[in-house]
Amino acid sequence: MAKRSLRTLIGASLLAAASLVQAQESRTVAITQIVEHPALDAVYQGVKDELAERGFKEGENLTVMHESAQGNSAIAAQIARKFVGESPDVIVAIATPSAQTVAAAAREIPVVFSAVTDPVGAKLVSNLEAPGANISGVSDMLPIDKHLDMVNKALPDAKRIGTVYNPGEANAVSLVNLLEERLEARGMTLEKAAATKTSEVLGATRSLVGKVDAIYLTTDNTVISAVEAVISVGERTDMPVFAADTATVDRGAVAAMGFNYYNHGRQTGAMVARVLEGKAPGDMPVETMETLDLHVNPSAAERMGMTLPQTLIDEAQKVIQNDE
Amino acid sequence: MLSEIALYGAIETGLIYGLVAFGIYISFRVLDFPDLTVDGSFPLGAAVAAMLIISGWNPWLATGAAVLAGMAAGAVTALLNVKLKILNLLASILTMIALYSINLRVMGRPNVALLSEETVLTPWYDLGLAFHQVPVVLFLIVVGVSLVLLWRFMKSETGLAMRATGANPRMARAQGIATGAMIVLGIAVSNGLVGLAGALFAQSQGAADVTMGVGVIIIGLASLIGGEAVITPSSVLRALFACVIGAIVYRLAIAFALNADVLGLQAQDLNLITAILVTLAIVLPGVRSSVVSKFTRNKA
Repeated sequence: MAKRSLRTLIGASLLAAASLVQAQESRTVAITQIVEHPALDAVYQGVKDELAERGFKEGENLTVMHESAQGNSAIAAQIARKFVGESPDVIVAIATPSAQTVAAAAREIPVVFSAVTDPVGAKLVSNLEAPGANISGVSDMLPIDKHLDMVNKALPDAKRIGTVYNPGEANAVSLVNLLEERLEARGMTLEKAAATKTSEVLGATRSLVGKVDAIYLTTDNTVISAVEAVISVGERTDMPVFAADTATVDRGAVAAMGFNYYNHGRQTGAMVARVLEGKAPGDMPVETMETLDLHVNPSAAERMGMTLPQTLIDEAQKVIQNDE
Repeated sequence: MLSEIALYGAIETGLIYGLVAFGIYISFRVLDFPDLTVDGSFPLGAAVAAMLIISGWNPWLATGAAVLAGMAAGAVTALLNVKLKILNLLASILTMIALYSINLRVMGRPNVALLSEETVLTPWYDLGLAFHQVPVVLFLIVVGVSLVLLWRFMKSETGLAMRATGANPRMARAQGIATGAMIVLGIAVSNGLVGLAGALFAQSQGAADVTMGVGVIIIGLASLIGGEAVITPSSVLRALFACVIGAIVYRLAIAFALNADVLGLQAQDLNLITAILVTLAIVLPGVRSSVVSKFTRNKA
């Protein structure tokens, strides 16, 4: 009897020791996102896939905690506290509000943010090159100048650009301000139309008719959700619509030079892997997206009363033809 | 299980929403005025405090200004109702949507970060408490002081007149109470408290965001009703305690839901849980009293 219980004891302690070893090898990544939404969900998937490719496999040597605040800032705050309390190896914060709550709660835990357009404006880092503290990440700031080059190539005579945006979206406002500045530098002008919800997009687009030569849309969530409204006005009034994200070209925009959020997540995942390997976020410069894809839609261009130059079509990674 | 930091985080957020519940107690319970202004006055408080803090104001003065801004917003709702005879619910919806634009104007952009600014919390970090305990201690003091002030106000002559206004406006008018003035004062105080909550929330979370008001009304209501289910609000003091307890219990429930992998609950279920909690809390006191009365009748 005594012998058996001794054997059990040894067995149990061996098991405990084994799980302890595993626990030491296993790493924990906690991912918080402000809301569930296709682009942000793609970031989440990209982070996990990139980590797996770099040898951090969920269920084997990696534990992933994931929470969404469903757009509620008080819940975002509680998620941040929960994650800090569990002290994971890295906290990944997707989108600006989540990143800010994590930054307010985490003092020592490394934080990698993703899908934040303006990390300096959001006070996440004071310096893009050398963030210094425990935070760095990947910014989804658009390469506006490259986008404007694309518009200039497609429509060399366009001088007045219109945009529809939601003044309540932090990222959208930063982008529109930058857009205005970059357009002025090119001797062009920007006409803005505000839509605070999807149902206002149609009216906002109509207000631009006659005032602009073309429309360029940033990655504004509200407007892109209702982009068909913009495109229908563009088709009826011969006002070509350009966009910042390639998915919009499938939906009828003339052209877009974008990155997808899945790749954005992959790039974030690479950064997370480097932190897991022991690098401090403070030593890692904030990254922006490197790979850009040009998608064009010649039939949409025709519907909007223009012809895409062959040079631009030749440059494109994807040519969409959707005649109706 | 809940970590210590998650627990303190829940209490911290609960204390802030306790102030919201005080405000909703005044509008819904004392004045019988369904006031949705709070979805706008919460981010208004945050916006005013954040802008003044980044322009170099003392954080306490900025927080005080946020209270005044919230009071002004409440007064507008009440005046729309009292002077222009707009239905109370509609009047509050009008102010709420107007505040969205006003909040954007106040901040000049949708998100103002306070991460590296001096806030009301900054000096407290030097007191030797753990980082996550500081907001809880400070907010406990703020909520305690607000509770005592509100309790004394409700017992004052003005407070009694306000309670009479809500209970029976016709009778109150017959007693010579200016009911319109009482509604304006009450809704202003209510939204001043919500503005205070917004200002404190922005300072502890590191940013004011124009979207942070979404659902404040329903969470405040859930806190109020949940608290009343725990503590029978037989007196003003008990009702005020119920607000704070309810808000903290609600936040603890969310913290557990975030940890309740065992139950299969996930963050995306939280809105459903809130709706169930509010429904239960509304239904349960009635069930309890009928059970109690049956029990006493049988006993007799």
